Amino acid sequence: MTFTFKPTILLVCGALALSACTDPNRLGADGGDALGGQAATGAIVPGSPNDPTSAAYFQQNVGDRVLFLVDQSSLTPAGQATLDSQAVWLGTNIGFTAVIEGHADEQGTREYNLALGARRADAVRNYLISKGVPGDRLRVVSYGKERPAEICSAESCYAQNRRSVTVLAGGFTS
Amino acid sequence: MIKLRILTLLFAGFAMATTAQAQQGEPLKITITEGVIEPMPFVTPNFASENPSSAQMGSDLARVIAADLSGTGLFREIPSDAYISQFTDFAAPVSYNDWKAINAQAMVAGAVSVNGNQVNVKFRLYDIVSGQEMGEGLQFNGTTDGWRRMAHKVSDAVYSRITGESGYFDTRVVFVSESGAKGNRAKRLAIMDYDGANVQYLTDSRAIVLAPRFSPSGDRVLYTSYETGFPKIYVLNVGSVSKRVLESAQGTMSFAPRFSPDGSRVVYSLAQGGNTDLYSMNVGSGQATRLTSAPSIETAPSFSPDGSQIVFESDRSGTQQLYIMSASGGEARRISSGDGRYGTPVWSPRGDLVAFTKQNRGRFHIGVMRVDGTRERLLTSSFLDEGPTWAPNGRVLMFHRETQGATGRSTLYSVDITGRALRPVRTPDGGSDPSWGPLQ
Repeated sequence: MTFTFKPTILLVCGALALSACTDPNRLGADGGDALGGQAATGAIVPGSPNDPTSAAYFQQNVGDRVLFLVDQSSLTPAGQATLDSQAVWLGTNIGFTAVIEGHADEQGTREYNLALGARRADAVRNYLISKGVPGDRLRVVSYGKERPAEICSAESCYAQNRRSVTVLAGGFTS
Repeated sequence: MIKLRILTLLFAGFAMATTAQAQQGEPLKITITEGVIEPMPFVTPNFASENPSSAQMGSDLARVIAADLSGTGLFREIPSDAYISQFTDFAAPVSYNDWKAINAQAMVAGAVSVNGNQVNVKFRLYDIVSGQEMGEGLQFNGTTDGWRRMAHKVSDAVYSRITGESGYFDTRVVFVSESGAKGNRAKRLAIMDYDGANVQYLTDSRAIVLAPRFSPSGDRVLYTSYETGFPKIYVLNVGSVSKRVLESAQGTMSFAPRFSPDGSRVVYSLAQGGNTDLYSMNVGSGQATRLTSAPSIETAPSFSPDGSQIVFESDRSGTQQLYIMSASGGEARRISSGDGRYGTPVWSPRGDLVAFTKQNRGRFHIGVMRVDGTRERLLTSSFLDEGPTWAPNGRVLMFHRETQGATGRSTLYSVDITGRALRPVRTPDGGSDPSWGPLQ
C-alpha cells in the first residue's frame, strides 16, 4: 500500500506546483512533513498525513488551497487542477463536509476584502459543485484580510494570502 | 476680540485649501493640503485648589484641558515656566498685563475642591488681549472617577466660545483593540474617551470582531463577529453589555453595519452566493429590505444626516468607487472621479462632506470630498490608512494606520479636516476601526 501511495503524492504535487505542496501551512495548522518518518516505515497512522482518508492527507497532499490574482476571484489553471483533485477526494471520502475560506491580502479596505473573500470562496464552491461535489457539503466563509497566511508586506506574501482554503470537518477523528 | 481673531484664522485656513483646489479646475489634481494657520497662544495654569486634597487634581485638570485644546491645532499652550505671575486665587483680579507680556491671548482659569469622592470644578475664560472675561463662569459637580469628563467639559466650553462651533472632547469612541501577531491577531471591542483614556473592554478575544459602530445616541453598538464561525452582525447595549444577533439566513454573511440617524434602522452588507449587496433592516422588527441587486460588490454604506440618502462603495465600474443613492434604494450616482480606488465613505454629521479611504499607487489616504464629488482633498498618506469616523462636530476625523511588515501594528490617529493636526491616539494595545460617539 505504501508503494502505490508515494507515486500518487508525487503526481498530485506535480499538478499543484506552487499552490499546495510548497506551503503546507494553513491557518492554525502546524504544517508538518507530508513524507515524514512514518511514511518511510510503511505504517499508516489513521488520521495522519499518510492516511489517504484523513483531513491531514487532504490538506498536505491533495492541497487545501487555491491562489488568486490581485483583486480577482476567477480560478487559474493551477487552481482548477487543485480543485479537480479536491473534488475527486471529496467524492471518495463522502463522510467529510468542508468550509471554504476566502481570504484577501492586506492591500484593501476591510469591508471590500470581506466581499472579495466571499467571491473567491464561492468561486471555489461552484467549481467543486460542477465537479460533482454536493453543494450541501460545502459552506463558505470570508475572512477578508483578517487571517493572512504569510506576514510580510510584499508581493511574495500577498500572493500566498490571496487564497481559498478548503477546511474539512467530519470523517475520521482520532 | 478673541472670537473675531480665531474665526478669521479658521476661515483663512479653509480659504487657502479652497483656493488651491479652485486653481486646479476639473479634472481634479490631488494634492495633500496642509493649510498654515497660526495657533492661538493660551495659558491654563493649574486650577487653584480650594482644599488640601485637591492640589493634584488642580494640576491634572489643567493638563487634560491643555491637551484637548492643543490637540485641535487651533491653540498653542504657553508653558508654565514662561509665566511672570502665578495663578493661585480664583477670586482675585486677573493680572492681564502679566499674561499679555508672555503673549497669551486666552486664559483658562479654574478652581477645584475635593470632598470625599465629590469634586467641584469652576472655571472662567479670559480674553487677555481685550482684558475681559469671555462668557460667564461655569461650574460642574461630579465624582472623582469622572474628573477627566469635567476637564473635557471645560475644554468643550472654551472651544465653543472661541470658535463658535460645538466641541468634541467629552465624547467616547468605540474601537477594536488589537494584540498579537499579524497572522493571528486577537481583537476585542473596546470603548474609550476620545483621547484614549479610560479604556474598557466590551468583548473577549475568542472570536474576531470587526468595525463597531455607535448608535446616534451612543447607547448601542453594531459590530461584526465570527462568534458562530461566520461573520454576523450583532447589536450590543453599551450600558448592560448585553448583545443579540441581527438575524440573517444560513449560508449568508453579514457585515459593514451602520445605524440610521434616528437609530431605528441598520444599513449593512449581506454576502450570498459570492455576491455582496446592501440591505436595510428595521432594528425593532428585524424586517429587512434589499436595496441593491447587482453582481458587483456593494458595501460600506453610511446614511446622510437627514437619513434620506446613503453613500456606499461599489466596484460596478470595475474598481471600488463611491456612490450615493436614496435610502430606499434605486438609481445611484457616482461621486468619486479621481485616480485610484475609493472605499469606506462616511457622511459628515454637518452634511457637507464625505470622508473616505483612498488607495492609489500603493499608498493609502484618508480624504474628504464634497457630497457632489468635487473638492477632493487628501488629509493623510501612509502604507495603510483606513476607516475614517467623524467627530460629532464634523471638524475632525479619527482612523487607523497600520505599519508594514511582519511586526506591523495598527494605531488610532486623529486629523482635522485641514490635514494639519495629525496626532496618534494612545491606547494600551493596538487599535483599529474607531467609531466616534456623540457629545455627552
